[in-house]
Amino acid sequence: MLRSKSLSSKLADVILITILILIAITCILPLWYTLSLSLSSKTAAAAGAVTLWPVDFNFDSYKQLLQDSQFFKSFWISIQRVLLGAGLNFIIVPLMAYPLSKTIKDFKGRNVFMWTLIFTMLFNGGLIPLYITIQNYDLMNSIWALVLVGGAQTIVFNIILTINFFRNLPKSLEEAALVDGAGPWYILFKLFIPLSIPVLATVSLFSIVYHWNEFLYGLIFMTREEFYPLQTYIQQLVVSVDPSTMTEDQYKRMSELSNRTLDAAKIFIAMIPVLLVYPFLQRYFIHGITLGSVKE
Amino acid sequence: MRSKGFAKHYYMMLAPGFIWLFFFSIVPMFGIIIAFQNFNPGQGILGSEFVGLETFRYMFELNDTMNVFFNTIYIAVMKIIGNLIIPLIFALMLNEVRYTIFKRSIQTIVYLPHFLSWVILGGVLLDIFAFQGPVNQLLGMFGINPILFFGTPELFPFLVAGSDVWKEFGFNTIIYLAALTGINPALYEAAGIDGASRWRMLWHVTLPGIRTTAVLLAVLSLGNVLNAGFDQIFNLYNPLVYSTGDIIDTWVYRAGLLNLQYELATAVGLLKSVAGFILISLSYYLAYKFTNYRIF
Repeated sequence: MLRSKSLSSKLADVILITILILIAITCILPLWYTLSLSLSSKTAAAAGAVTLWPVDFNFDSYKQLLQDSQFFKSFWISIQRVLLGAGLNFIIVPLMAYPLSKTIKDFKGRNVFMWTLIFTMLFNGGLIPLYITIQNYDLMNSIWALVLVGGAQTIVFNIILTINFFRNLPKSLEEAALVDGAGPWYILFKLFIPLSIPVLATVSLFSIVYHWNEFLYGLIFMTREEFYPLQTYIQQLVVSVDPSTMTEDQYKRMSELSNRTLDAAKIFIAMIPVLLVYPFLQRYFIHGITLGSVKE
Repeated sequence: MRSKGFAKHYYMMLAPGFIWLFFFSIVPMFGIIIAFQNFNPGQGILGSEFVGLETFRYMFELNDTMNVFFNTIYIAVMKIIGNLIIPLIFALMLNEVRYTIFKRSIQTIVYLPHFLSWVILGGVLLDIFAFQGPVNQLLGMFGINPILFFGTPELFPFLVAGSDVWKEFGFNTIIYLAALTGINPALYEAAGIDGASRWRMLWHVTLPGIRTTAVLLAVLSLGNVLNAGFDQIFNLYNPLVYSTGDIIDTWVYRAGLLNLQYELATAVGLLKSVAGFILISLSYYLAYKFTNYRIF
């Protein structure tokens, strides 16, 4: 690219880079602050003395965390939920996307299925009907309520992304396979799926992050704390004050009442799995999102 | 082409996914009947008495619901505007930087908040903006009295919109960056030979190059006018800010699952679902009209 290298242009570069770095810092700050808080002493945290660096550096909150069996139970429930949810997503998405990526000429029923799918994505009965339905299915306190309800709400978007990706694959590949006598199952599993790693990695990431982060269904479908997934468990820690009678004074003192260093340690640990996953899938999801959603 | 007998295989591929969606997306939709009933949980949907539009009449008489509808749209529109403009500016800034590794690193960092849940970020934000938190400490150095950030009704909607834009701006730049790389480099070269400055190139080459993408995103965001973000507000709000911060989804949660007003909560939820469905369909139609974009 041809660009002038005048002094003012260089100055502009320096300013630009400084601004970008400052913006990026605001994105890590919450992580950093939580870590600092979790490594500080209780008294320092309650007095609001912790800002950027730990005060009275110690590992007490992590030692205390090791004794909290509910935290680990909830952590394990979340792991199971992610494995089941993302696993199911990984199987069902290509299975549905392949026939739906066909034109109506190749698959007559295609549009009826497609519109039904779009309808389930755009319309829902709302929270109360969903709650009553799950009660009727007798799925309260079952991990399947978390896996199947959340999955059904996110899968259609993933299917559409994958359909668009499949449609961008070269037509000649499938035609050549058909000439060689390959059937649809063979084409899907031996041809399309191996060629669609970027989009399948993308939808798997979305599914993993969704199931790891979702807390509401844990809150309404699980009636006892022992069944809570991790995010629901953490959500309940943060709002332990009875909200209906809260006054301004109580709200001001809320942070002093709770065990902030221990909470910070829990929050920090809950961030880690996501931090371990997304940077490694970055090149896939950028590719997957742009190919699947921006079509010219 | 010998793809004639493939239809039955296509149906087999679609079957598992559709059975799942039938039980967990479509069946719950029938629960909207509750909105037209005097619902008795013991007798269920089939046994409860029909009352027609009684609940809807009651709903429109409540001041509460009107306020909640207003808050929802107010917060959602602020978010939409911020989420269109800030990522665009950020993408343009990033596009001006020529050091690839630096660019990559900044991107990875700004994607981070998108992948963290509102349970986590809500907890951290409430801590950072607490009455004795770091932000108030910082303001204190300039002699400003501590502010009850998330407990002040006048500030709450802005803090919600601002923190949402902060969480999502990085991820939202992906689409803009893809559009920016799609601009033909020859255009910049030609402009350079003509002696155009960086500002003129931005104005005459870059901005026209991503206009279609910007218009498309703006049109599609119309579908979000009723989505103020349940997860975020649920994790940030408290009774002190109900007047400006309570939105349809949080109100439905409290009315239905805490106060057990099933009919009213279902009716409000249904109204939102129907209006949301119309808005999204309209946005898809307009996107197709203006930019020839089709979701699938």
